[in-house]
Amino acid sequence: MSKILIKGNSAIVRGALLGGATHFFGYPITPASEIAHSAAELFTKSGRTFLQAESETSAINMIYGSSAAGARVMTATSGPGLSLMLEGVSYLAGCELPSVIVDVQRAGPGLGNIWPEQSDYNTCCKGGGHGAFKNIVLAPASGQEMTDFAYKAFDLADEWRMTVILLSDAYIGQMMEPVGFPEEAKHGARKDYAVYGDAESRGNLVSSIIMNQQGLAELNAKLQAKYRRAEEELVDWEEQQTDDAEYLLAAFGITSRIASTAVRMLRADGIKAGLFRPKTLWPFPSGRLAELAGQVKAMGVAELNDGMMADDVDLAVAGTVPVHRFNWFGGYVPSAEELVAQVKEAYNG
Amino acid sequence: MVKHTKPKGFYDEFLRKAPEGGPAAGTTHYCPGCGHGTVHKLIAEAIEDMNIGDRTIFLSPVGCSVFAYYYMDAGNIQCAHGRAPAVGTGVIRTRDDAIVISYQGDGDLAAIGTAEIVHAANRGENMAVFFVNNAIYGMTGGQLAPTSLLGQTTATTPFGRLQEREGGPIHMAEVIDALDGPVFVERTTLSNAAGVMKTRKAVRQALSNQVERRGFSFVEILSPCPVGWKMTPVQSRVWMKEEMEKNFEVKKFRDRDHVTRSSGRMNLMDDDALLELLLPAEGKEAVSTAKLEEELRVKICGFGGQGVLSAGTLLANAAIVDGLEATWLPSYGPEMRGGTANASVVISSLPVGSPVIARPTALLAMNGPSLDSFEDDVVSGGLIIVNSSLVKQKVKRDDVKVIYAPVSAMASEAGFIKGANIVMLALYLLNAEAPSLDGLKSVIPRLIKKKELVDVNLKLIDRAEEFNKG
Repeated sequence: MSKILIKGNSAIVRGALLGGATHFFGYPITPASEIAHSAAELFTKSGRTFLQAESETSAINMIYGSSAAGARVMTATSGPGLSLMLEGVSYLAGCELPSVIVDVQRAGPGLGNIWPEQSDYNTCCKGGGHGAFKNIVLAPASGQEMTDFAYKAFDLADEWRMTVILLSDAYIGQMMEPVGFPEEAKHGARKDYAVYGDAESRGNLVSSIIMNQQGLAELNAKLQAKYRRAEEELVDWEEQQTDDAEYLLAAFGITSRIASTAVRMLRADGIKAGLFRPKTLWPFPSGRLAELAGQVKAMGVAELNDGMMADDVDLAVAGTVPVHRFNWFGGYVPSAEELVAQVKEAYNG
Repeated sequence: MVKHTKPKGFYDEFLRKAPEGGPAAGTTHYCPGCGHGTVHKLIAEAIEDMNIGDRTIFLSPVGCSVFAYYYMDAGNIQCAHGRAPAVGTGVIRTRDDAIVISYQGDGDLAAIGTAEIVHAANRGENMAVFFVNNAIYGMTGGQLAPTSLLGQTTATTPFGRLQEREGGPIHMAEVIDALDGPVFVERTTLSNAAGVMKTRKAVRQALSNQVERRGFSFVEILSPCPVGWKMTPVQSRVWMKEEMEKNFEVKKFRDRDHVTRSSGRMNLMDDDALLELLLPAEGKEAVSTAKLEEELRVKICGFGGQGVLSAGTLLANAAIVDGLEATWLPSYGPEMRGGTANASVVISSLPVGSPVIARPTALLAMNGPSLDSFEDDVVSGGLIIVNSSLVKQKVKRDDVKVIYAPVSAMASEAGFIKGANIVMLALYLLNAEAPSLDGLKSVIPRLIKKKELVDVNLKLIDRAEEFNKG
């Protein structure tokens, strides 16, 4: 496979188009704007649709309309934009409409700054908007995964009739790496629930309002059953050097790259470390973490937030091993050396 | 004539309203004297008469008409409050042949959805918007609407709407008429039979505009809400005539004789064309030649404009050509010190872990502040190359290899001052384990955008080689 050096934010657009995306509606925001730039060029040139909306609120509702009309549709944003989109994400979940959202995380709260954080974790992984719903959350950790996850996101969204969020960050988006691309273009199939403006779909209704309690309870039960099934079938992760690990570092996205180097450095210093990297943040790989809790002496979770994933790790291991928290905020990204120093202090101290 | 039987554009039985059928499946949920029933009927009849039911996608809003999909025999989408014009944009951009109808009330369109309606109208989206203005919030219980009249008493203006407090009523037809995008804008009234007939005509005009793909059409319909206004149906018609219509001028604002509006979309590429557009051209397969025991961490620093970021991408590309892994990260945030720009490039035989460099194996300092900022970070035994044209100070450390090279002067002498980064990069490659200088030479013709500059860049590499020989 030929590889080119490319930013994650550009690679993701190519992966999406090859994955069958036909429509992109978005609103520019740093550090996700390169995605809009690439999409404006490549969606338009390939005869697909790119439209810059007047706000993220409008963008997500354009997605709602386009998805309801049967398209494979996506947007890209960052925290402040994601907050505006959550209304629509809830409606998408209520109607079981597929969509793909890329969140290139920046630092918050409020306007924050444009440097990386991973503090949209809870917003994305716990549903985010009003009502009890979930999104499939994929955590790319490289330019290659930005491509590969975008390529498969539309199949996942269609199959599960859910929103798939690619939870990236300013570094994974801005970094250039060698990336290879899939060599087959995918296409979405006709959906029996969508409205196409034709005789066959004339009887269809896309709606999330169900006024009688029993009916809405039934919809919720159906959604929850689907989510339980997704937890069984979709969970995915990567392990590095866990076979004999006594200390397990868990991290996703950019911090998993730093933790990967930290594991190598810790081993050079005589600490048998391993890396656990969730590729799906929802569903979360709790089962495998619980297994590993029986093997390692302690775990550490490195993330650019206040311990959001660490909360899920705590739930998974249920107090059976200590879980150290390594947290950074404000757009600061630690080096592997800093993480190693903190692990040593927590583990030995 | 307005027919008094149920139009065929409605479902025969309203089973979404009353799944069990029976009498409740034969009536709407609207209050006695409400205008919605009339407008629904006018639209449904038009859909039937124009034979566009199969093609129609009807957008229900939030408000009293939230359940319009109970009645309209068409593809139906229920939308979030105020967002129907954005939803409609998504639909029409996906289904070129659909007839998109956005049916909205005053809270939906003129309060919470102001941005959506204005921008959909401004883009001239192919959709018909029917805006039912009854100057009050009905569904939520008679609160102030953006279109309530001054002095009007509502649940949230118990002492009447005040200009000083709530501002005056918003005139949406006039707002929409101020935009370039729409082709058809009219305000009608349901206060009397003639007004209903004019509304019927306007509805049909808006829909025929969709059939002919003529663009955005907006019909504001003044409509009675006797329950919300606490009036009898008769009183409410009088109030419309005497109060509402004085404030909201009933007229046709615009009826442009437009040609068909195209989708503006380029030709749809087939799979082969798409792959050709997206995949890298053939012949750039990496030929694995280099092998590194330890990863290389290169920090290239200088003023903005000295080409440090592009030098970084050239370095990373040269690494890939040599079959190595590489990451390139631009100077970013707290890492950016001393007013310098910098690129971090990590090169390895194995997949790269952290792209963040705390301890560079090499520092390429294009200016003084860069050396000040990063000299101490370089690993023992590492390499520092100093642009001695601009950097007057010397490296203080004695545990690193140092090369002083006047790269700016060398580039300047060759008549291309902007090539100083290339000289610096070439010098690094001549003193590094990998990638190879040939790797750099091979990527330059592909990556230098201005083709006339390829030769001068290659010539600068030769000069770097001469310098390196001493």
